[in-house]
Amino acid sequence: MAIDQASAGDAPCISLRGIGKSFGGVPVLSDIDLDIGLGEIHGLVGENGAGKSTLGKIIGGYYSASVGHIEVFGDPVSVWTPPLALDRGVAMMHQELQLVPALSVAQNVFLGIEEQHFGVLAQTENARLADVMTASGFSLDPAAITSDLSIADQQKIEIMRALAREARVIVMDEPTSSLTADEAERLHETMLRLKQTGATIIYVSHFLDDILAVCDRITVLRDGRLVRTADAADETKGSLVSAMLGGEQTETPYPPKSIPQPSTGEPALLVENLSAPSGVSNVSLTVNGGEIVGLIGLVGSGRTEIARAIFGADRANGGTIRLSGKPYDDRTPAVSAERGIVMVPEDRRKQGLVMTLPVRANMTLPHLSHFTMIGGTIRTALEKSRVRELIDYFRVMPANVDGEVPYYSGGNQQKVLLGKWLMRDPGIVILDEPSRGVDVGARQRIHEAISELAAKGTAVLLISSEIEEVLGLAHRAYLVHKGGLVGEVDPETSTTQDVLWALFHQEDNNSEALGGNAP
Amino acid sequence: MNSVLSSAQVARFFQTYAVLIMIAILIVALSLMSDSFLTFRNLQNILNQNAPLAIMASAMTLVIIGGGFDLSVGSIFAVAGVSAAWIALNVDPVLGLAIAPFIGLALGVMNGVVITSLNIHSFLATIATSMVFKGVAILITDGRLIPVRIAEFTWLGRDKIGGIFVAVIVFVAFALILTFVLTRTSFGRKVYSVGGNEEAAILSGVRTSRIKIATFAIAGMAAGLAAAISVSRISMGQPGAGIGMELQAIAAVILGGTSIYGGAGAVWRSVAGVLLLALINNGFNILNADPFFRDLTTGLIILAAVGISASGQRR
Repeated sequence: MAIDQASAGDAPCISLRGIGKSFGGVPVLSDIDLDIGLGEIHGLVGENGAGKSTLGKIIGGYYSASVGHIEVFGDPVSVWTPPLALDRGVAMMHQELQLVPALSVAQNVFLGIEEQHFGVLAQTENARLADVMTASGFSLDPAAITSDLSIADQQKIEIMRALAREARVIVMDEPTSSLTADEAERLHETMLRLKQTGATIIYVSHFLDDILAVCDRITVLRDGRLVRTADAADETKGSLVSAMLGGEQTETPYPPKSIPQPSTGEPALLVENLSAPSGVSNVSLTVNGGEIVGLIGLVGSGRTEIARAIFGADRANGGTIRLSGKPYDDRTPAVSAERGIVMVPEDRRKQGLVMTLPVRANMTLPHLSHFTMIGGTIRTALEKSRVRELIDYFRVMPANVDGEVPYYSGGNQQKVLLGKWLMRDPGIVILDEPSRGVDVGARQRIHEAISELAAKGTAVLLISSEIEEVLGLAHRAYLVHKGGLVGEVDPETSTTQDVLWALFHQEDNNSEALGGNAP
Repeated sequence: MNSVLSSAQVARFFQTYAVLIMIAILIVALSLMSDSFLTFRNLQNILNQNAPLAIMASAMTLVIIGGGFDLSVGSIFAVAGVSAAWIALNVDPVLGLAIAPFIGLALGVMNGVVITSLNIHSFLATIATSMVFKGVAILITDGRLIPVRIAEFTWLGRDKIGGIFVAVIVFVAFALILTFVLTRTSFGRKVYSVGGNEEAAILSGVRTSRIKIATFAIAGMAAGLAAAISVSRISMGQPGAGIGMELQAIAAVILGGTSIYGGAGAVWRSVAGVLLLALINNGFNILNADPFFRDLTTGLIILAAVGISASGQRR
């Protein structure tokens, strides 16, 4: 342990000199000099598009640098690919986990390094897995099928996979982006434990609180350049944000909440006793026009399922829904869009955007009947002008109506997705994780847009894993647990801690109710 | 910096237009090697001979952009062809020609309904329906050929209007209509969205089953139209016609650069794919090259073209 500490300053395990990278001629990283010390947790922060993920992927061998030199444990490397990186003890954990869903925990951990005799698998996996679990401090059922496990557990598999290959350096790219607060907390404990065993971790994240909580040193990137590397103890959230933004902004406060008009007639959205086979049970809620109502719950609590049942993406088998007093029974996404109720789904790549279509076609997809002449011919000029307005409103960059979506940053993709759903001024907007995985600037613009929606009388149902975000934006919020609503919180008087406590209290109650089944 | 930008652009240009570049190279090479290649007569013959395949490949483009595969169009071609011949002989020759596309349309709708209602992959579904259709074609003809030597029947495949083969006019019109449908209508936009991201399309209110059924219906109709031209040309209904045409059509679509994963592509690409295959064939004919090398060469060229466009997808 003492040796690790001593060597942290002197002998870097990864040393980057003059690293640059460009995609299709567009530079995304230039002139990066960075030393990662042995046994440290090193944070990489920056806005989306600042190049932090790219830098992580260069270290992990997934991208090759266009210019510059890399030294690993003192040896210069020329060709650097994921398998070569693994040979030298450098592993990478991606934002999207690279596991085979149908295989067991043990099979995934040893995928590609199975012990075998002339091609016949040796029956030693469980014993080897026990060793890895001891080293990592995890305990998972070796026979459990990966797709049945939570994302937090799947991340453990990914970490164990790195450890099974004797990785000494692990690059983690946005590991907490799909985790709830407590799962992120558990991942951080894991990282600290790994560090005690002498491992080095490069931690790429948007979440500055997470970075500040576990990192020894933090490197800030802006526009593909290294701004500074400093001890985490010397940084604050404010200092990191101002370094990331280059002094443009220092704080990202939530926009002021509008005061909803006192509800006169029927609520914009009235849900009564809604149940669905997807796990929604007996949900009753109201959202008035001009009101932002939050749904807070742990991942897997059924927040998204409630949204999908209201929108008509999933079939419901009980309950009624009224839009401004009028019943809405046979719900489908197509009818919902016509009746002015839209849902911005949580996963913009899988559920939101068609990556093979340009910005314009993505934004108008749900509204094509309003952009066509007789015979279904699209009125291109009208389409372009409307898309242009939304691009300007959300400040989408690049501001090109025919821009290719796959090349946009996460924040700009999210803005395109919001523009798609807000195009025809719907009366009711369901937002599922509207700011997940986006940079600080985009996040602020999205928050402003949400609050502007409410100010002009739209009813907003807001789902977010970030409790702080719900409290910062919503007028009211419901607590969700096991597909049902279990309480209401007042964002004005509640803190994140209060809400977390209330949620975990639910978990405890349940564990007690289940009796001996609780682990 | 500038040179990096331009070399990336050049690479992209090559990937985007690989099929056109190969056609251009072949045209130049064949013109230099033979005087009889670059003549109006030879070029129009190439188009005329390949009109049925080009019609089927154009429609197959929609199916593949929509995320599907249709392995039954060869069999639909056979059913529509023998039906056209039978009706021409026993009822009315013009009715025979006119009805073939509608028979194809009906079989295509059946494909689409089977795929969407049973929720099975189009690849498997159309292998099965392909066998069913092939069986129907044999039942209609009792396994025999149906000769139709009637002028009112053979004009579609053989006659010219203003010096241009009717078949070429039909194929060009069909490809232009499909291009318009795909690029300028809301239906076309929805086809791209279904193949590009089906879940996003469903959540966007696109009735994805209807869109898929429509793409298979169009592919079936195209096979029927192609069969009418082909049967009219050879004045003979054959239950074994069309075998392997589905694979040629798919090869042409992919050779043209349309993504087999769906969501991206264009009709002109598939037409170019057909022409590239046709030029290779024509080259062998006019150069009197050993035909034993024809399949080998064609296969290698398909590999090269697909390799070039796939190299752009790795980053």
